Amino acid sequence: MINFDYARATDVADAVRRIAADPKAKFIAGGTNLIDLMKGDVERPSRLIDITRLPLKTVEETTEGRIRIGALVPNSDLAYHPLIEQRYPMLASAILAGASAQLRNMASTGGNLLQRTRCCYFYDIATPCNKREPGSGCSAIAGINRMHAILGASEACIATHPSDMNVALAALEAKVLVSGPAGERAIAFSDFHRLPGDTPDRDTNLEPNEIVTAVELPPRGFATNYTYLKIRDRLSYAFALVSIAVGLELEGSTISEARLALGSVAHKPWRDKAVESALRGQVADQDTFALAADLMLRDARAHEHNAFKIELARRGIVRALTQAARGTPQSQSDKRVA
Amino acid sequence: MARETARSTIPTPGRIPVTITINGAPAQLRIAPWTTLLDLLRDHLDLTGTKKGCDHGQCGACTVLVDGRRINSCLTLAVMTDGATVTTIEGIAADGTLQALQQAFIDHDAFQCGYCTPGQICSAAGLIAEGKAKSVDEIRELMSGNICRCGAYPNIVAAIQQAMGRS
Repeated sequence: MINFDYARATDVADAVRRIAADPKAKFIAGGTNLIDLMKGDVERPSRLIDITRLPLKTVEETTEGRIRIGALVPNSDLAYHPLIEQRYPMLASAILAGASAQLRNMASTGGNLLQRTRCCYFYDIATPCNKREPGSGCSAIAGINRMHAILGASEACIATHPSDMNVALAALEAKVLVSGPAGERAIAFSDFHRLPGDTPDRDTNLEPNEIVTAVELPPRGFATNYTYLKIRDRLSYAFALVSIAVGLELEGSTISEARLALGSVAHKPWRDKAVESALRGQVADQDTFALAADLMLRDARAHEHNAFKIELARRGIVRALTQAARGTPQSQSDKRVA
Repeated sequence: MARETARSTIPTPGRIPVTITINGAPAQLRIAPWTTLLDLLRDHLDLTGTKKGCDHGQCGACTVLVDGRRINSCLTLAVMTDGATVTTIEGIAADGTLQALQQAFIDHDAFQCGYCTPGQICSAAGLIAEGKAKSVDEIRELMSGNICRCGAYPNIVAAIQQAMGRS
């Protein structure tokens, strides 16, 4: 870790001013990803601007029935918040599927959105990586790539976004509220993270000097028919090979509304509105689910070591849709997959 | 290359004054920004009960309680805990009497080499305070941030169950 300077922001405007004054400065909140990357010299900020004292720590219901989650709400507090447990259990479940209790106590809502990939080449500064050092090449394409993307990758980068929480936020159609020199704006969740294209160094559409202030959930929470199914190498405390968030609304056995998002298969949480449209109006049965899985993976492409992820995703989608339709969501402590 | 250049050209920022209450005693300290809470405890304050395992938040050996919540001290900058209350394994026992968790770890032989044990006990103290774990499955899941390479897991779970019964 290189030496760096440290300052505390007093309010959001002060944070934006401070980040704009130093192009090599970074915000720090929970620090669970940033400090780790700094220890490996992957991140080398000149200055850390501590935003943990900003008043962004509440979960509140708005007058329109939306839930506004402050960017500094710790992951554990969010997962166990009564409003989230009762109305958005898919989100609570996804959060509890990720990291460890200690890390969830530290990690913030905004920081979870901004976490970097866990591609081992991104972490290894001795190897080329277009995300870490634009133009240097991608070591994963011809390297060890069993964890890597099967959807939306490019010739420049096949890294995946590792978050669990973000997969649920994508399925729930959250909005990201940000503040910057030009004022405040809301970014639809599907527009927040980017595909790699030829600029994999940019993970998100957050502009320089903007700060995430909140995440907002729409009223629809899919609290009856949902699941978050995470498939990984260990039963706990491991990043996903594939994860699946599902929210359904049913009228009898017919699907009236569907949400489906995949994690750890692409550079961003993968959601496909064509698949959700195809599910609407269909009978919630295995044939429908199998067709949806095929459609979701129609453009999937494997690399040398990760072809298994396509079949894993296919089966996982069918299983997750089944769990949601039955109203038997995946437990995050009893790991048997029913 | 750039790495060495950066190391040599970035000026050393001044140490930052902080007040941290550690195991009940307020400490006024001056800390470099890049000092982790783990290094502060071990290298500056000789509180070597907290262990450095992986130093990357993956093993849990460095677990301490900050304002009553279990966290990884290796991924926490000490300057960011200004004003906080920190409890380490040295502060778990009161007045020389083993805390229920510590006694339970002895009763159940919940360690072999003992290196992960301070982190396990601090983590378990956090888990009990959180009140979310009821079943054995839930204890195991919510303790998954603490690795024991000796494999004492069944005995650790039994010790935590015993302590939960008493607290």
